Formats: sequence, structure tokens, C-alpha cells
Amino acid sequence: MTDNRASSDAAASTQAEVSEEIQQIAKAYERDAPSGPDGVETQPRLDYPPYRSSVLRHPTKDLHHADPEGIELWAPAFGHQDVDPLEADLTIQHRGEPVGERMVVTGRVLDGDGRPVRHQLVEIWQANAGGRYIHKRDQHPAAIDPNFTGVGRCLTDTDGTYSFTTIKPGPYPWKNHRNAWRPAHIHFSLFGTEFTQRMVTQMYFPGDPLFALDPIYQAITDQRARDRLVATYDHDVTRPEWSTGYRWDIVLTGAHHTPREDEVEA
Amino acid sequence: MPPGHPDAIRLHGRVLDGAGNPVPDALIEIWQADPAGRVVREPGSLHRDGFTFTGWGRCGTDNTGHYSFTTLRPGPTAPGAAAYVAVTVFARGLLNRLFTRAYLPAEESVLAADPLLSSVDPARRGTLVAAADEHGFAFDIRLQGEDETVFLTYPRH
Repeated sequence: MTDNRASSDAAASTQAEVSEEIQQIAKAYERDAPSGPDGVETQPRLDYPPYRSSVLRHPTKDLHHADPEGIELWAPAFGHQDVDPLEADLTIQHRGEPVGERMVVTGRVLDGDGRPVRHQLVEIWQANAGGRYIHKRDQHPAAIDPNFTGVGRCLTDTDGTYSFTTIKPGPYPWKNHRNAWRPAHIHFSLFGTEFTQRMVTQMYFPGDPLFALDPIYQAITDQRARDRLVATYDHDVTRPEWSTGYRWDIVLTGAHHTPREDEVEA
Repeated sequence: MPPGHPDAIRLHGRVLDGAGNPVPDALIEIWQADPAGRVVREPGSLHRDGFTFTGWGRCGTDNTGHYSFTTLRPGPTAPGAAAYVAVTVFARGLLNRLFTRAYLPAEESVLAADPLLSSVDPARRGTLVAAADEHGFAFDIRLQGEDETVFLTYPRH
């Protein structure tokens, strides 16, 4: 899912054309969004034409409302046989040190009711410091770093906290339109305490100049919801003579089932 | 489950876009009860030991948009309920994951009594029911178009 292929006619659009589409959708949202929490779009739109690859891949019929039942009220279990603690450090997977800014990203995974999601799997994948993925479809002519694969995993602790040591990823070009560049980001894959909370999202870095230009970031039409994808620089996470530090908390949707005793905070 | 397991079945299918073309970069995850209808709480999905059934799996589609799981037949999680596999779809161009269910084919009366299936337009209900084939079940996922799969959203989401 490295977003670097698109249809040939889409590649003909300019950034100005795509930016205009983004702005028209944003204006319509601001004009029409009902006030109150139910009117706020906290999730990306599936139908978002500025992202060209979405055109033939989004459902055109309304999603069907379902009451979760049976298996959907539970999430799969992962344990220490699934995840080695060393997988949380993406800078030690090879013989040498990877190129780039070493950083720690940490935060908590919470459900919509503020309860920590404990002992659950968090997976990340990302480009290297030069904006290059290891993925074979990534043809961006930036250097592959032999010391960086860009894939990590960990389990949250009893407080719902995750932590990764990695390299700050670079922005990279993709072929959504001419001169399209993705803001630097880290993909996060998350599980909650039930199936319905499954989520894949992206974490961004503060102040990225590419935010306004990026149809994937802008597919979340609500500014405050979008802002929640941006990590915060945290000097308390920064380690002396070693790495910078960022904090990013993730709030999943609410759980439907009554929390089990081992899930309730003392 | 390894294909050699005596009760192993195959759950497979294709992921197709609105033009009917295969989606070669989708990722499908399944989550299901065991044959007795129990929710499995066993870890080990990422490092299989070849024996433990975990109820969860992940498979990318190939160049023809095809995915394939070797699993066990899920049992109904309540007496008389229709058995299904919960499915999550991810893909490039899909800005948010999609949820659906792959029901096992069953007597019409069982499917008709299912709370979810009975709430779906009868013309589209069939998109949620897998078809029996030689080794198990086939379940195609159409992201868009005439026979678009019914995708689910849950309250509070």
C-alpha cells in the first residue's frame, strides 16, 4: 500500500487542480456539516475523488448498519510468541546503524470510552529517511538503506502504552497527480478489544508543509479530526545523546461489550 | 491451519474494483469462531505452530486479486444462528478499512432467520453468502458496482 501507481489520466492533473478539488470539498463540509459531535466526520471519506485510486475502489452504496454479535464482540489475541520485544526497535534489525534522525514514538492506545487497550498488537511500517520503501513497487529513485527495513511491531503494556524506536521517515513522491508528494508519515495498524475497532491509520509530524496538498491527509475533512493524526514533539521523550521523541495517543471507537474484569482499571 | 489438517477447509475468493478488475494489492483479514462456535483466545497467529487454531488470519491478494485461507469451518456462536467469518478489507485506494461477513451457505430458513441477513435488501443478501466449492468456500469481494458487496458499519463508529 505504497500509493505510487495511478491511472495515466489521473497523472495528468496538476497540483493546482487537485488542490482546488480538495478546497471545494472542504468548503462544502464546512458549509453543510451539522453542528454537534454527530456531525463531525472523524474518519476518512471512502469517496474522495482527489485521491485518484479511490475512484473505482470505494463502495457507492451506504454501509449497512449492523449490531456487532458473536465473534465481532471480541478481538484476536496476540502474545509474546507473536512479537519479539526487539521488533519495537527498527534501528537494530541489520548490522549497521540506519541513516537519518533516530527517534522514539510513544503513546497510548485507548478505546472510545478512555479505557487503555492492553496487551494488544501495534504494527507500523514506513519509508526510510530518504522517503524510500523497501516495497518492490516503490520506484522512487532515492537510496535504499541496507540497515533499515521500516517494519516494526509491539504489544501495548497494561497502561495501553506502545513505544517504537525508529528513523524519521522522509516525504516521497507518488503518482496521484503531477508533482504529488506525501507528507512524512508512519503507518499504524491497530486492534482494539473487539473486532469492530480494527483500524489502520497514519501518524504525521508537526508543521509539515505538504499537509494542505495531500489528498490522503485531507480525506479526513474535519480539521480537528485531522489534527489528531499529528504527533507532538515531546522533549521528555527525547533521550540525551541518543534520539528525539514524539508522542502520539490513539483513540479507537467505543467498545460494545461490557468490559471484562481484567480490562477495568483499578 | 495447515492444509494437511483433516478438518482443514479453504476460504478463498477475489477482490474486484468497480470496473471488475482484480485488486492485486488488497489485504484481507478473517476472524472467526472455532467449529464448536467458541471464540478462540489463543495467541500465535503471527507465528503459527501448525496445531493451534487462533481464529484469525491475514492474506494479501496476488496479481489476479485472489486471496486464500486454510482454516476450519466456523460454528454458529449461538444455537440456531447462521455461521459466518468476519472479514476486513484493506487496499491502496481504500481510505478506510471495510467490514463484511462471509456467511457459510446453509438452509434458507437458517439464513432468513439471521438478524443481519434479514435486514439486508434481498437483492443484495447473496453478496454476504459464500459458495461451497471443492475444498471449502468461495467468497468474492466487489468493492463497487452492480454486485457490490454489502459492507458493514457498527453503531458508535
